[in-house]
Amino acid sequence: MIEHFPVLIIAVGLLGAFFTPIIGLIRKELCSPWASLITLLQFLISIFLLYQVLAAGNISYWLGGWQPPWGIEYAIDILNAFVLVLVAGVCFSVSIYAKKSLGFEVPGKELPLYTLYILLSTGMLGIVVTGDIFNLYVFLEIGSLAAYALIAVGDRQSLMASFNYMIMGTISASFILLGIGYLYVMTGTLNMADLSERLPELYGRPVILVALALLVVGLSIKTALFPLHTWLPDAYTHAPSAVSAMLAGTFTKVGIYALIRVMFTVISPEYVIETVPVMNILSWVAAAGIVAGSVLAIAQYDIKRMLAYSSVSQIGYIILGVSMANKLAMTGGILHILSHSLMKVGLFMVAGAIIYRTGIRNIYQLKGMGKKMPFTMAAFVIGALSMIGIPPTIGFASKFYLAWGALEAENWVFVAVILLSSLLTAVYFWRIFENVYFGVHEHEEIKKDEVPLSMLLPILIFAAITLLLGLFASLPIGVIEHWVTGVLP
Amino acid sequence: MDNITSFSPALAVLASLVGAIMILVFRKQPNIREGVSLAAGISKFLIIATMIPAVMEGRLIELRLWDVLPGLPIMFRVDAFGLLFGLIASFLWIFTTLYSIGYMRTQKEHAQTRYFFCFAIALSSTIGVAFSANLFTLFIFYEILTISTYPLVVHIETPEAMRAGRKYLLYLLTAGVFFLFSILAVYHYTGTTDFAFGGILEGKGIPENMLKLLFVTFMIGSAKAAFMPLHSWLPSAMIAPTPVSALLHAVAVVKVGVFTATRIILYVFGIDVMKETGLALAMAYVAAFTIIVASLFALTHDNLKKRLAYSTISQLSYIILGVVMLTPSGITGGMLHILNHAFMKITLFFCAGAIIVAAGKEKISEMNGIGKQMPLTMLAFTLGALGMAGTPATAGFVSKWFLLIGSVEIGQIPLLLVLLASTFLNVAYFFPVIINAFFKRPDKELSYREAPLFMLIPLILTGIFSIILGILPDEPLAMVRIAVANLMGGK
Repeated sequence: MIEHFPVLIIAVGLLGAFFTPIIGLIRKELCSPWASLITLLQFLISIFLLYQVLAAGNISYWLGGWQPPWGIEYAIDILNAFVLVLVAGVCFSVSIYAKKSLGFEVPGKELPLYTLYILLSTGMLGIVVTGDIFNLYVFLEIGSLAAYALIAVGDRQSLMASFNYMIMGTISASFILLGIGYLYVMTGTLNMADLSERLPELYGRPVILVALALLVVGLSIKTALFPLHTWLPDAYTHAPSAVSAMLAGTFTKVGIYALIRVMFTVISPEYVIETVPVMNILSWVAAAGIVAGSVLAIAQYDIKRMLAYSSVSQIGYIILGVSMANKLAMTGGILHILSHSLMKVGLFMVAGAIIYRTGIRNIYQLKGMGKKMPFTMAAFVIGALSMIGIPPTIGFASKFYLAWGALEAENWVFVAVILLSSLLTAVYFWRIFENVYFGVHEHEEIKKDEVPLSMLLPILIFAAITLLLGLFASLPIGVIEHWVTGVLP
Repeated sequence: MDNITSFSPALAVLASLVGAIMILVFRKQPNIREGVSLAAGISKFLIIATMIPAVMEGRLIELRLWDVLPGLPIMFRVDAFGLLFGLIASFLWIFTTLYSIGYMRTQKEHAQTRYFFCFAIALSSTIGVAFSANLFTLFIFYEILTISTYPLVVHIETPEAMRAGRKYLLYLLTAGVFFLFSILAVYHYTGTTDFAFGGILEGKGIPENMLKLLFVTFMIGSAKAAFMPLHSWLPSAMIAPTPVSALLHAVAVVKVGVFTATRIILYVFGIDVMKETGLALAMAYVAAFTIIVASLFALTHDNLKKRLAYSTISQLSYIILGVVMLTPSGITGGMLHILNHAFMKITLFFCAGAIIVAAGKEKISEMNGIGKQMPLTMLAFTLGALGMAGTPATAGFVSKWFLLIGSVEIGQIPLLLVLLASTFLNVAYFFPVIINAFFKRPDKELSYREAPLFMLIPLILTGIFSIILGILPDEPLAMVRIAVANLMGGK
């Protein structure tokens, strides 16, 4: 049983999604606990996989017993396992939050929603777990299709947002597929490990360069790297809040995972750093994205839209860290996958909680919210301070490593961008603090009116982890450094 | 001598953190809430006081907690300098709590729970800064201090206060960014962020230009010290309730800035590096400039709290000036002035607050004849003002004396003149207040009396202390001497 865990994490999800409509036909209310159960199983398996990778080294699982490169291989190293735990953890926590939130925002649609929810979760886990590049594409499509549909369930403009996303996503998918196709034509294999062995002798050929370009652009759209981010703000704004929270915490992160995997495992670091300066170009684009995302976020007054643009900026941080491609920056970048996930999921859940209780989305109408929902807003403060990078939060730890990496690379522009843009982040979050906590006096009686426990608990847990992991950041950093040391020279 | 490992430094930090949580718990019972504040203050002071004997023997008290980032632990190390600062801050917190109770209740201020909560957090981080063993730990507390004092600055929540709050954040968060950069660079070049008595940058092969750049970014990072041209957040922050201005913007926050700058100058750069690069002299002139110009600004303000704020800016630079003289007398004078200025300035602010509460007056020109109605308050004010001017037998005289000797020792006569000129300026901006209060007739009959006892007693006590410190400076001086002896090594 235990040796089948790598495939079970997917099988559980696919079967779970298949049975959701059947369960829903019996009793609609069962859909949500069912989704929580499935994602909990996936979460537990992923924790076990991480434990096993750390204790006993990389896992290679052959599907149907077929030996790679002929059969499909699920290959798990520290990076996979780390992202698996993150994705499965977020999916599980948000599924608990989603019950009330989705029930309020899009009532009566449990049946399709939770089916898609499990499919999306499984698609993302599949991208992460697989060691086969075409299989990665398949899971990417499963996840994306589920995501388009989930977004379309949202408010009135969500159809348009979803359509936009679908156009962009399909372009991205075609790029990725073409890129994979070129690699296959040249090498005759789709297994990542096998590809990485066969590719070096072909590095001189322009076709590899074309494949690389297609893959980079395709994956950049999926990760919403500036200036290819245009689908993201609308999608996150109009999707149901629980879906926004889940997507913000996982889907773009999985895209980044795929980018790292393709650049540094399938294609070798030397090629993307030295032979072709892909990483150099990406890092400048990312730096521009950090600034642009923050400036655009300052211009927003809809809280979800603001958080969405903030995501664009934070994705810039991650890509910048990864593409500077030295050990410190890479550690910072991968750590920021974790920290941004924790912060942004928490913040989106708070936005959803505010909508659940008051229906307000405009940040200038949030007066007195600190009294009305003290715990929710306290969690918001912790998440926001972490975004700004105030110690001791996890956001501080990753920014510390990113800036240190830029210093190591002696790129002063990046140092300045990484450090000074935290001031821009402070600007757009402080407007909310001012409105939430100040300007209402005690004689105006405001009743405490918190969200239900099933929404509050995930919010508080995410805030607590943001703080605790910030205090004990050595733990995740130790895990990440272990992987980075193995990959970068 | 051996270092001692002890949990006392961590307990000292925790005392007010636990207090802060208790304050939230008892938010519905104001008497218990303020009782908790007071108890936290007293226990904090006592915990810190228990460390005096060991430190006076010349030993260091250390506590290494855990590594937040690999190789970067939260670590405390209590030396004479840190202990002195810790004692001042925690001792004055007790008085400020009493005073706050009087002030906040008489003024019927709103959001008092938030006020006492943030105050407790701010004090925790101040003590954290005082006892930090490395730049990294110091930075964590430095940032928490910025965030936790923001709600106190904007307490009255008027649009003007919110604007002041934004300015406060803009200056201090930007400072934080520069500080973080500097710490990273130090860690990058030296592999450590620990404070050491001889500095840690010497002999690491850092190019001189880089050293100079680092010094500049570090000094921008310590903008809490409010030297010019990074001072303007402080006068704006005077919109805060007076107890906040008294403890935080005369003692805790600004002294954290000065303390940090001193740690950087003496314990990171070290005396030798500061001397060789000529950075010390440059900084001395920045400080001298601030002393004079801030005093001139003080003259132009009719609002008493604003005038006190500019006076603080000027006096803080005395401390920096003393430290960058890099001679035993200069450093002694500087460190001693942290203590002396704290007692004098808190007295002056307490008086200003008492006048606001009792008489409702903020402008000096409206304070004619106030000395008859509030004789004790104005007497305490006079004691504080005399100290500021450096009158013999007051605390201010002792530290100024050492500063004067220091300036002669390094042969910088312009600095000597600056110090003397500043004395006259102090007289020029404080004595009109006293003259108005005691010798001018009011326009109409005045009906108010002294402020409530909760406010009156603390301000009388701190006033008396600022005289006692002038007559009997031996105890604190002994502590400063240990700090200086450590710094000078065998030299």
